[in-house]
Amino acid sequence: MIGVFSIGTEMASYSTNEFRSGLKIMLDGDPCAIIENEFVKPGKGQAFNRVKIRNLKSGRVLDKTFKSGDSVDAADVVDTEMQYLYNDGEFWHFMDPQSYEQQAADANAVGDARQWLKAQDNCEVTLYNGSPIGVTPPNFVELEISDTDPGLKGDTAQGGTKPATLETGAVVKVPLFLEIGELVKVDTRSGEYMSRVKK
Amino acid sequence: MNWQPSASLQVIRERARIYRQIRSFFNTRGCLEVETPVLASTTNTDVQVSTIEVPGFEIPFYLQPSPEFAMKRLLAAGCGSIFQITHAFRQGEAGRLHHHEFSLLEWYRAGYDYHQLMDEMELLITTLSLHQCSFTRITYKDLFRQVMDLGVDEVTLEQLRGHCNKSVPGTNVAQLDFDQCLDLLLGVVIAPTMQGYQFVYDYPLSQAALARVREDDNNLAERFELFFDGIELANGFSELTDADEQRARFEQDNAARAQKGLPQYAIDERLLAALESGLEDCAGVALGLDRLLMVLLELDSIDQVLTFTD
Repeated sequence: MIGVFSIGTEMASYSTNEFRSGLKIMLDGDPCAIIENEFVKPGKGQAFNRVKIRNLKSGRVLDKTFKSGDSVDAADVVDTEMQYLYNDGEFWHFMDPQSYEQQAADANAVGDARQWLKAQDNCEVTLYNGSPIGVTPPNFVELEISDTDPGLKGDTAQGGTKPATLETGAVVKVPLFLEIGELVKVDTRSGEYMSRVKK
Repeated sequence: MNWQPSASLQVIRERARIYRQIRSFFNTRGCLEVETPVLASTTNTDVQVSTIEVPGFEIPFYLQPSPEFAMKRLLAAGCGSIFQITHAFRQGEAGRLHHHEFSLLEWYRAGYDYHQLMDEMELLITTLSLHQCSFTRITYKDLFRQVMDLGVDEVTLEQLRGHCNKSVPGTNVAQLDFDQCLDLLLGVVIAPTMQGYQFVYDYPLSQAALARVREDDNNLAERFELFFDGIELANGFSELTDADEQRARFEQDNAARAQKGLPQYAIDERLLAALESGLEDCAGVALGLDRLLMVLLELDSIDQVLTFTD
């Protein structure tokens, strides 16, 4: 390769009137997602778009105000459904079930999702310029209890709970009657136990 | 297929009720109901208004962003005090309080100044409201002083940008001019603190729009706005009746449009000719009926009062 200039480097951009939640834009060099967009126009004056934005690298949420009509660069960010394969101690490996292409995500990209990742489960992997920057686990996962205090027989109706460690390392509160080796359904968004699953 | 209206049946009936009451209010007060085209070959040059151009004609035609110019021509023709309920259109305005097509009540009172028009507006809203209403009035300058301890007539642009930076973090303040800074502070910082029905009046000359300049202070324009809990409901003026001054403002608008890379519009010569022929002193105001309905019915979003939003 000799050429250092490539064709088509001009970035796509969005005008503020295209702003909507979920839109991915570049801000101060980082890819961000718009969470909320509010149009403010006082009297006969200048209109503004007030937006809540999540920095997709740091996860931080920030407020920004744009003059309406301004444009911002689009971020080359895509969410893809991928299958979780394994963790090699440093990277978490995912595979696109259509193309069989694999991606390795570091601890930063995987974040809190790591405690729900079970081999073969499908996750949403966020790719920025082709590399993973975020992983969203399925809303519900079914995981085996690997450790918990002994179950209390006959206490199926009472409301008491105890901590249980699941096969992926997550710790959730489960009803007292559950035992090691049983399968539970958990909502990954709240981290709450949903139900027991018959094997 | 979602074919149902966006507004509830109760809201649709409430709109009919207030329209009936508005008509009866003005009929009994000697104000003539008129109708002007929503599609016309001229439009407002206001830099902050984006007009929708309609294809299919040999010359440009525009969906009217306001019935103002046509109504002033009726005034000049000797109609006396007039009112109109109509639709107005603005490109790119969308949000909780904005829609590109919205309903306006616009009325003009021959012989009134802006304070007399505010008085009549209080009476109208009290008539339409289902609750007791109280109104306060504050000048633009006092409002900024009261809420932000900011003197709009003494602050420099640099200081104003500093206020914006502090009060609205995450804004590129370097690209804001003086009035844009004031707009930002009014819309984002001051409006959320405003309570009840509040008139703000005596706007800085740079925001005069089509208002007359105060005789005793030529830095101020006889313009007012009505807010409810910080939601802007109406904008009114002691109307500018001087044709030369009006032409100068149109030219200023177009110059500002050129600078911002916005389309420039032909000056409405028929309006200027009407002013030239003589327009008596009058005051006029436009009241957003969709927002008024929202406020009267304590609703959060303009979608809840529109039948269909597409």
